[in-house]
Amino acid sequence: MLAYAVAVWLVVVGLYGVITSRHLVHLVLCLGVMQASTYVILLAIGWRDGGQAPIYVDISPQAPVVDPVVQALTLTDVVVEATVVAVLLALTVQAHKRFGTCDPDALGALRG
Amino acid sequence: MSRRTRVVLGLASLAALGGLLVWAVGGLPDLGHPRGPYAVLAPKIMLRERHVTNTVTGVTFDLRGFDTLGEELILYVAALGAAVLLRAQRSDRAAEQAAEAEERRGPGTADALRALGAILVGPVVLLGVYVVVHGALTPGGGFQGGVLLAGALLLVYAAGQSAAVQRVRPVSLVEVADALGAASYVLIAISGLVFGVAVMDNVLPLGTTGSLLSGGFVPVLSIAVGVEVTAAVTLILTELADQTLLRGRD
Repeated sequence: MLAYAVAVWLVVVGLYGVITSRHLVHLVLCLGVMQASTYVILLAIGWRDGGQAPIYVDISPQAPVVDPVVQALTLTDVVVEATVVAVLLALTVQAHKRFGTCDPDALGALRG
Repeated sequence: MSRRTRVVLGLASLAALGGLLVWAVGGLPDLGHPRGPYAVLAPKIMLRERHVTNTVTGVTFDLRGFDTLGEELILYVAALGAAVLLRAQRSDRAAEQAAEAEERRGPGTADALRALGAILVGPVVLLGVYVVVHGALTPGGGFQGGVLLAGALLLVYAAGQSAAVQRVRPVSLVEVADALGAASYVLIAISGLVFGVAVMDNVLPLGTTGSLLSGGFVPVLSIAVGVEVTAAVTLILTELADQTLLRGRD
């Protein structure tokens, strides 16, 4: 149950960071923390007691292994997170250049 | 809405969300007993029908190969988006030239960093290539190895005098590699049409389990993704590093 609790905690604490953030880079990193909870929950769902890594180089084909499908999903998840962070950081650079601030509160108003 | 109100409202809704999430994970299967049939089937399918020993790579490039196609294109579009966003500010040619002149005068990289970079580049490139091409056999694959290779390229960037590297850096080569990697995955995926089978259907010989040339499409797609990830990550990171250099001059 600990892994599930960690996943819930990561979502909540990441979202808390997003809500109270005073800097866009901090906000992007908090999103990363939130996304980390999906890795924890995916890998936890695939865990099998006594299971080994699903790589049959030096284990018998009958050996119990953890679920490889959720591990592949986690890989996709990591890639998507990396791309989202890259684009958000690029937007942060643009926001700072255009408005001279990275404080989300100061960026609220629409400007023509 | 004032900051204080927002934080109070946020905390209240976070408490509610936390409660709902705890309730939701209570319904998940017990830890240690995965329920999905594919947890047992996927390794057997990959081992018997594709001769792939690393099931995770097998699932990524074969069972879920079509999803990985989309995933790889997401990375491609993100690299494109980051480059477009970051380059929009660089149109001011005069400022750039002035900055370049300043960089030429700027302090060089520390000798220790350069030596360390020179020592590490070779092993990291080797490790990256190993991880990419052995993706179907041992832990690794195109995504992981690609990031390692991009790290090696950035080691050159960090260890070299950044200004000097910046001027000779083959950005267009990185861009072409990015496009080639993304395009080759698509072409491999639809190559089945030539042989009259479905998209992503394997048409290559499977080879002997455990040898480098085994697994049909899996290692080939792994290498295509490796090229694409190397180029995309290098592109994104060098574009962001360029911003740092520009900022330092403002």
